[in-house]
Amino acid sequence: MTAKIEFQKVSKTFQVRNSTEFTAIDEISLEVKTGEFMCIVGPSGCGKSTLLDLLAGLTMPSSGQILLDGRPIKGPALDRGIVFQQYALFPWRSALGNVEFGLETKGVPEKQRRAAAREYLALVGLSGFEDRYPHELSGGMKQRVAIARSLAYDPEVLMMDEPFAALDAQTRETLQSELLSIWERSKKTIIFITHGIDEAVYLGQRVAVMTSRPGRIKHIVDVPSDLRQSDDDVRSLPEFGRLRHEVWTLLREEVLKAQQQERRHKLGTPSIAPEAVIHG
Amino acid sequence: MDRAQHAIERPLLREPDSVSRPTPLSPALVYIGTLLQRSAAIFVVALIWEIAPRLGLVEPAFLPPLSEVLTTGWELIQNGQLMSHLAASLQRSLFGFSMAILFAVPMGLAIGSSRRVEGFLFPLFEALRNTPALALLPVFILILGIGESSKNALVIYACSWPILLNTISGVRGVDPLLIKSARTMGVTRLDMLRKVVLPAALPTVFTGIRLAGANSLLALVAAEMVGATAGLGYLIQYSQYNFKIPHMYVGILAITVVGLVFARVLQWIERRFTAWKAD
Repeated sequence: MTAKIEFQKVSKTFQVRNSTEFTAIDEISLEVKTGEFMCIVGPSGCGKSTLLDLLAGLTMPSSGQILLDGRPIKGPALDRGIVFQQYALFPWRSALGNVEFGLETKGVPEKQRRAAAREYLALVGLSGFEDRYPHELSGGMKQRVAIARSLAYDPEVLMMDEPFAALDAQTRETLQSELLSIWERSKKTIIFITHGIDEAVYLGQRVAVMTSRPGRIKHIVDVPSDLRQSDDDVRSLPEFGRLRHEVWTLLREEVLKAQQQERRHKLGTPSIAPEAVIHG
Repeated sequence: MDRAQHAIERPLLREPDSVSRPTPLSPALVYIGTLLQRSAAIFVVALIWEIAPRLGLVEPAFLPPLSEVLTTGWELIQNGQLMSHLAASLQRSLFGFSMAILFAVPMGLAIGSSRRVEGFLFPLFEALRNTPALALLPVFILILGIGESSKNALVIYACSWPILLNTISGVRGVDPLLIKSARTMGVTRLDMLRKVVLPAALPTVFTGIRLAGANSLLALVAAEMVGATAGLGYLIQYSQYNFKIPHMYVGILAITVVGLVFARVLQWIERRFTAWKAD
């Protein structure tokens, strides 16, 4: 398989109050293969969302570059779709209208657009809810609409920023397994950011663990494909537990580090780790 | 200020929840019941207006009984006078009001979407907004003369500020996540304004439009009291000069009715445009 996305020594620094520089992510190199389901976990504030913003083309890296199919990313485009934790649905548009949004930008004629939107709403199990406004939908349904909206304009890469974090446990599990089946059918490349270790191991073919600030890729854990082939309750398999523990251990160190940083920050000393200053 | 005002205003303007009663009444009866209940205070005041002058509690020459005012009103309707004044007033207020919307909404969108421009202009707007429109009437007359243009200009001026400032604050209040989401879908700048910013700001814009509706009548009446030959403001002022007191009250009642209808229509339009909003 070829690399769909390539992060090449990507750093992003922000200017904080004129003098100090803040390194959100630091020399990240990462390859995501075509059609791969890649999960990224990391302690809060490790720059996961910055990573997605960069990939989405909403901001540009301070150094390094991000390649999509070998070409550097220049800005937002419909070849990448993003699903946010807070759904980001347009409240004045019906479910159907929301799904049509990207297709409008793409210039799809109205009739086809409507038909496609219906099809994608059906795909996420929302047939019959086309005319509902977002406030008339539950959290899970809203996220389904958001997923349908991102899939509808047929991006090659689907980026998901903790999409299920705000949902209750049952809804989350349902959506996770539905997402897997959508992924298997659509063969999209998915980059999925999450806090949840279970979620990452359950969904991802690979799980990238990020360090606490400044964000780097600490380690990538491979999830064997036979684990996900099992029809059983995957989460109860010993292999799942082992992987879960592996990710947990990697993450735990970083969480502790992040907490220390936080504490230091509260005491007034700069929260930026010494290495960051060197690179910045 | 406007921001605080619309926060308080919304719940007050909303209809009370539909009356639920244990006995199954026909919807028409329930409606009439609610209507009676809600207009009870108006009836009481109308009754006092009728009785007080008759009992000599107030000077009937200054406050003629309501029935007399209504009779005069009926006469003015029949001889067409009220209609011509009404038409003159409506024409001016609707013209000024629509011009203000056409001018202030796009202007507000443009200003609100640029932080720099907004930061630069907002203090000026705050100052200008607090210059009462009526204080500027002599200036308008001085520059534009006593004809229609000064009246129109005054109404446009008075209507523009609430629309402009509310549009700006509406644009500033658009959820950044929606902007971000639209950006990831590669929308153009124009589409961003048209499809994201405007609809998201619309509820706030409407608050401005409602305030402008009230302002338009205020400015109109004042303008018509100075050197007009038709219009409800003129009717009120002219009748008072000539001591046709019932005529004066007819004018006042007519402007009240216009104001009420105006507010109702705006509310209706607002609801149609913002039907997507959660209650």
